[in-house]
Amino acid sequence: MNLLSLTDFAVKRSGKQVLQSVNLDIQPGELVGLIGPNGAGKTTLMRAALGLIPAQGRSSLTAMAARARGKAAAWMPQSREIAWPVDVETLIRLGRTPHLGAGQKPTDADAAAVERAIARMGLEGYRHRIATQLSGGEQARVLIARSLAQEAPLLMADEPTAGLDPAHQIATMQTFATLARSGQSVLVSLHDLGLAARHCTRLVMLHSGGIAADGAPRDVLTPDLIRAAFGISAHLQETPDGIIFQPLEVLS
Amino acid sequence: MPAGAVRPMSVSVQTSKLTLALGLAGALLGAPVTARDVPKRVVSMNLCTDQLAMLIGGQGQIVSVSQLAADPRSSAMVEQAKGYLTNHGRAEEIYLMQPDLVLAGTYTARATVRMLERLGINVVTFEITNSLDAIPEQMIQMGHVLGQEAKAAGLVAQFEATLAEYRADIANRPKAALYHANGYTSGDRSLAGEILTVAGFENIAASAGYAGGGVMPLEVLAMAQPEAVIQSAPYGGGSRAEEIMDHPVVAALRENGEAGGLTDHDWMCGTPFVLQAIADMTDLRTRIQEAAE
Amino acid sequence: MSRLALFLSALVVVLFLAALVIGPANLTITQSLKALVFGDGGPMTLVMREIRLPRAILGLLVGGALGLAGAAMQGYLRNPLADPGLIGVSGSAALGAVLSIQMGLAAALALALPLMALGGALVGVVLVLLLAGPRGSSLTLILAGIAISAFAGALTSLVLNLSPNPYAASEIIFWMMGSLADRSMVHVWIALPLIVIGAVLLSTLSRGLDALTLGEDAAEAMGINLTRLRLSLIFGTAAVVGASTAVAGAIGFVGLVVPHLLRPWVSARPGALLWASALGGAAMILASDILVRVVLPERDLKLGVVTALVGAPLFLHLIYRTRRWGA
Repeated sequence: MNLLSLTDFAVKRSGKQVLQSVNLDIQPGELVGLIGPNGAGKTTLMRAALGLIPAQGRSSLTAMAARARGKAAAWMPQSREIAWPVDVETLIRLGRTPHLGAGQKPTDADAAAVERAIARMGLEGYRHRIATQLSGGEQARVLIARSLAQEAPLLMADEPTAGLDPAHQIATMQTFATLARSGQSVLVSLHDLGLAARHCTRLVMLHSGGIAADGAPRDVLTPDLIRAAFGISAHLQETPDGIIFQPLEVLS
Repeated sequence: MPAGAVRPMSVSVQTSKLTLALGLAGALLGAPVTARDVPKRVVSMNLCTDQLAMLIGGQGQIVSVSQLAADPRSSAMVEQAKGYLTNHGRAEEIYLMQPDLVLAGTYTARATVRMLERLGINVVTFEITNSLDAIPEQMIQMGHVLGQEAKAAGLVAQFEATLAEYRADIANRPKAALYHANGYTSGDRSLAGEILTVAGFENIAASAGYAGGGVMPLEVLAMAQPEAVIQSAPYGGGSRAEEIMDHPVVAALRENGEAGGLTDHDWMCGTPFVLQAIADMTDLRTRIQEAAE
Repeated sequence: MSRLALFLSALVVVLFLAALVIGPANLTITQSLKALVFGDGGPMTLVMREIRLPRAILGLLVGGALGLAGAAMQGYLRNPLADPGLIGVSGSAALGAVLSIQMGLAAALALALPLMALGGALVGVVLVLLLAGPRGSSLTLILAGIAISAFAGALTSLVLNLSPNPYAASEIIFWMMGSLADRSMVHVWIALPLIVIGAVLLSTLSRGLDALTLGEDAAEAMGINLTRLRLSLIFGTAAVVGASTAVAGAIGFVGLVVPHLLRPWVSARPGALLWASALGGAAMILASDILVRVVLPERDLKLGVVTALVGAPLFLHLIYRTRRWGA
């Protein structure tokens, strides 16, 4: 059963064809890293798949009605906006929005989902703290908890690790990996190729308006593909602790 | 003619005016020439001085009256005003008419008056008329200024005689209120207030604590329960100030009492035409007293 | 939160009753309330039912409308400085109202007045959204508001000065500052339909505004229809602000002060702030109207003066805070 299915997917922005002939299927239990150079269209692909911008071709998510879509996929945009000084619990509860009908009050099921999300992200002591007064790393965790509370089978995140310290970056990726192991799937766009290599079960590389490679990290992070897409040389090593990937030089 | 315009004058006043006019014509022909210079080209810039000047001025003495004299809302002498040039209160315009006397009111633009004086023209300013007693005084003053003392004296005599007919003692005075845009009322010590008093009404403004006039709250008007509400005809175009005259409370008072009167051009200035206003109000008061019986 | 609802409702009821019993006619409380309810047909009933009752009802409706509109605009624009008066919506509504009166349409058809005020407000709201947009910086928002207010105010003044009616020119004060004096039940019926429709439209924004806390993308991905949200906001705000301004003139700062004061009490949730601001706005206008009658009874002190005396210092404080913490 596909959690996301893109068929002949194409996106045009300001008259330019940014993406074309994209075919992508995501099954349960995958942690998919979406990688590519700046401007390759990672954010564009995810937003178009969710129906936030117009696209051509077929996306299984846009074929759904709006609320059903919200129950099928949780979206964490790059901007990490928190507009008002609400407390953490209220913010996490916002993730239940797709499950609430018009004028409906949150039910026990909703409260339970919020509790599970709080427990999973270790935010028990933060429940009544004001979200806008937390540090960057704490806010990132709160926003992930919001997506978890949505309890959608697919979680899509745009650069969730940007600006976080190493500990928080690793913790975030490990949370995603745990989610994947429990049957959900996660699609994250990343700039940090080392992080992507270590934690993702599958990598999708975008380049020149399409998918340049799609497979296990060791199959995607080959020197030729890295040079073609990113213009760099890198060192890849498989160790008992996992893959180590380190970019080295810029190639002209 | 706008709503609430002049109703035909009562016969006695009309006849005495005609007599007056004939009498004055005769008096003028035999009047001695005074030693003082009588102004020969008089321009009037103010509605009230316009009307007094037209009444008292000699043949060809008045050259121009203000534009308001031809406005039926404001002036009781619209027909007579057509026989004069119209001025708009502007200094250059008036200067070009080469007047030897200009008549103005205390609220005429100060800058214009000073400009005319600087240009060497004699300007005489008349006060606002606040009482019926001031009317004869102003007529005499106008007569003196225009060199028409005899004519003025005749008009004054006529005015006071007619006024005396109205000043009878009235026992049961019905209550009346003057209520204009913005809830403005006039107290006893105003021309409008005195018109009401002479006509036999009791002006509620005084008993409600607004003897000096001013804005009277709608609630106070309602609690006073006047039998007549005297208003003014609304201007064209809309305005919020005048909406109060259509307020349900005012409409209810108009229904319970008589259809209240309207102030019109007879009320505006201290001229003998206030006698017409007094006549109208007396009719109203009589109707109210008859309806109460 | 329901404690807040109880408190605000009680406050509004108390102020409503106070508004009914305070006035220049010297009536005792029992006298006035008996005259209102039982109606002996005398002058007291006239005063209570035709003067005080419509004024109190309008205070409730107009205050509620302005509080609600302020909370809705702040929630959508995600900016605590949004207020129908400040961003020029009230000014545009006043222009529409003045045009309908001076063109004679209001005299021909009673509902022409609030409908044209709605039209004016619509133009104002759309302009603000085009110029500043959601999550536009505070600077852009306030600049847009200044521009729209100035233009609408100038046009209003022009129309009034072109009127053949000599009173019209000085009425700019009423339209710019607002007043509930000498209103009648006619005005209540003129304003009520559009205020109710607009309030219903705005109340549907509750969930959407909450979700917008996370930004437009996240909210839309959770199933919020942003287009419908935007349309409901535009028409709802135009309806309530238009109808209020048509009968009471432009009253500013209610939509700024009330949401700001109540935000901590609803845990900053924009959806809950909607109904709380409606109640709070009603309380604020009722209190201001009572103040106006008590402090300077002989003169018609405009409501906008009182709300500005309270609101402008708060506005300055908010600007200062914005400078310190960034846009």
